[in-house]
Amino acid sequence: MQPFTRLNGVAAVFDQANVDTDQIIPARFLRKPRGPGYGGFLFHDLRFDEGGAERPDFPLNRPGWREAAILVAGENFGCGSSREAAVYALMDFGIRCVIAPSFADIFAANAVQNGLLCAALPAAEVAAIRDAVIAEPGAGLGVDLPAQTVTAPNGMVCTFAIDPYRKRCLIEGLDQIALTLARLDAIAEHERCAQAAEPWLRVTLVG
Amino acid sequence: MTRPRTLFRKIWDAHAVAEGEGRTLLAVDRHFVHEGSFHAFDAVQRRGLTVRRPDLTIAIADHYVPTRDRGRPIADAEIRTMVDLLAANAAREGIRLFGPDDPRQGIVHVVGPELGLTLPGTVIVCGDSHTATHGAFGAYAFGIGASEVAHVLATQTLWQARPKTMRVTVDGALGPGVAAKDLILALIGCIGTGGATGHVVEYAGSAVRGLSMDGRMTVCNMSIEAGARAGLIAPDDTTFAWLAGRPAAPQGDLWPQAVAAWQALASDPGAVFDREVRLAAAGIAPTVTWGTSPEDALPIDAVVPDPHAVADPARRTAMERALAYMDLRPGTPLAGIAVDRVFIGSCTNARLGDLRAAAAVLEGRRARVPGLVVPGSTTVKRQAEAEGLDRIFTEAGLDWRDSGCSMCVAMNGDVAAAGERCASSTNRNFPGRQGRSVRTHLMSPAMVAAAAVTGRLTDVRALAPAGVA
Ligand code: SF4
Repeated sequence: MQPFTRLNGVAAVFDQANVDTDQIIPARFLRKPRGPGYGGFLFHDLRFDEGGAERPDFPLNRPGWREAAILVAGENFGCGSSREAAVYALMDFGIRCVIAPSFADIFAANAVQNGLLCAALPAAEVAAIRDAVIAEPGAGLGVDLPAQTVTAPNGMVCTFAIDPYRKRCLIEGLDQIALTLARLDAIAEHERCAQAAEPWLRVTLVG
Repeated sequence: MTRPRTLFRKIWDAHAVAEGEGRTLLAVDRHFVHEGSFHAFDAVQRRGLTVRRPDLTIAIADHYVPTRDRGRPIADAEIRTMVDLLAANAAREGIRLFGPDDPRQGIVHVVGPELGLTLPGTVIVCGDSHTATHGAFGAYAFGIGASEVAHVLATQTLWQARPKTMRVTVDGALGPGVAAKDLILALIGCIGTGGATGHVVEYAGSAVRGLSMDGRMTVCNMSIEAGARAGLIAPDDTTFAWLAGRPAAPQGDLWPQAVAAWQALASDPGAVFDREVRLAAAGIAPTVTWGTSPEDALPIDAVVPDPHAVADPARRTAMERALAYMDLRPGTPLAGIAVDRVFIGSCTNARLGDLRAAAAVLEGRRARVPGLVVPGSTTVKRQAEAEGLDRIFTEAGLDWRDSGCSMCVAMNGDVAAAGERCASSTNRNFPGRQGRSVRTHLMSPAMVAAAAVTGRLTDVRALAPAGVA
């Protein structure tokens, strides 16, 4: 996983609530193996019309926002399907941080596994950042994960909350599987006790 | 005296292997994988690891399987690869596979319970957000992404921060023609699609107790559409009767032992929830969605809402966008909106009870629009055929298919044509979900059947002969 510490980058605004992962990456692209090109699927049906031409009004098609590394979004971002490909598409496009008033649970969990920062800020502060970004197109935002701050082009600084464990995972690029494998004895012991107490836990299919 | 605990907390505590940094390492009892799990298998293989508990991992082909011409090779190469990859990964790791030709294949959230793999008090995960379905049995079941699937494959555990709890109490009785789907749509309409984010929802109250297992699964299934981590219903005699004798349920002497243990799986009196919501069952009408989010749900006798009547500018814009996509004008009565197609299927509403409810409406009638009926599992298909339900559907002019996710997510080639309006028993009305620019209206299977009969969104209560619920 790519670690995340600090980022200065172009921010684009996608100001809609409840953006679901079917919008972030339509289902028909999920059969594609992960690799370069995933960024092309990002918001595909919103970015491109039926003929494959860009829709000029979509935020990521606007001049100045094509190089976005940060997305300023609406509440409940990433709701719906658990598809982690939504995170792959954002990352491969070049987005490293999404700022929104709230995130759907599974999306936020998927994000941290891939080094994408979900910075949740109160709705009023997200709105202020959005306005500041729109006022200076192409201007960047500064995101500082250790300090938990977002700095707008006009100098405004907002502090976001993040679960301390997720923060450490992002900063250190932790390999969670390796960490858990170090605890295999405890896991096996737990399984032995559970199986003894509830012998029906083992899967046996009759017939 | 120990503090009263919620049902959720009891399951959580029993599965805690370790704690640290505000996280708990949870043991996983059942792990379902499907075609989409290939990223996770790749990740495990890349590390040189193998699946730690193949015996607790179950592979089911559902998302990509065709719903006709089973037994013939799948024509689309990419789709065929997805199904073949699952089989190859399952074979390499020694995982039990229910492939397209298995007589017990079906949608993972239908097959798991049907085989008795889903048991009260267990922790169940799957790389699919509708894993919440299994909560109907008093299991803590939740959807995860590919990295977490890889973690479970490698370790049979997951690090989780403990979610908050919410109790939704629905008292009273649902009226005739009102189904579990209406209950959950009404709830989502009330609390919103982010209304339960960060929470596990326990459903309680006499209306929930009165639901069949099919209905309970429908309710828990759509918890995710309210943003919930999971849905839960305490197991009771309805649960035990349903599970008894299932192939993977405890057999012989183990059965009474298991039931005795499961009877303790209820929230203690005095257990405190972070949030409580109450709904009166009597106030719930057959419900349909008008927009592009499951929260855009209204009783069938309502009209398309007017964005100008909404004070919040963000909500107003969202409604305008939804109405433009749906091609609907404010003030139009929902009942009477013409549809082009119907779909009865999905892990929300394709179990035997759902098919019976739809068939009761369709019996002796013709559908005015085309549509698919896709049973939730091959077992459900066989049972429905034994009862003659397939004949009711085909005589009505609908297409009776083999089991799979089909038009719920339109990955297997079953799609509606661009711009079509579809009355659907599924769970998501997102733009493009059933095909590009397709307009989806969510409703119960009986309401879909009513829409098929009239070619319009229709109040099933005005249509169904007396005595048909
Ligand atoms: S039926 Fe639909 S919601 Fe259910 S698992 Fe399949 S695609 Fe997902």
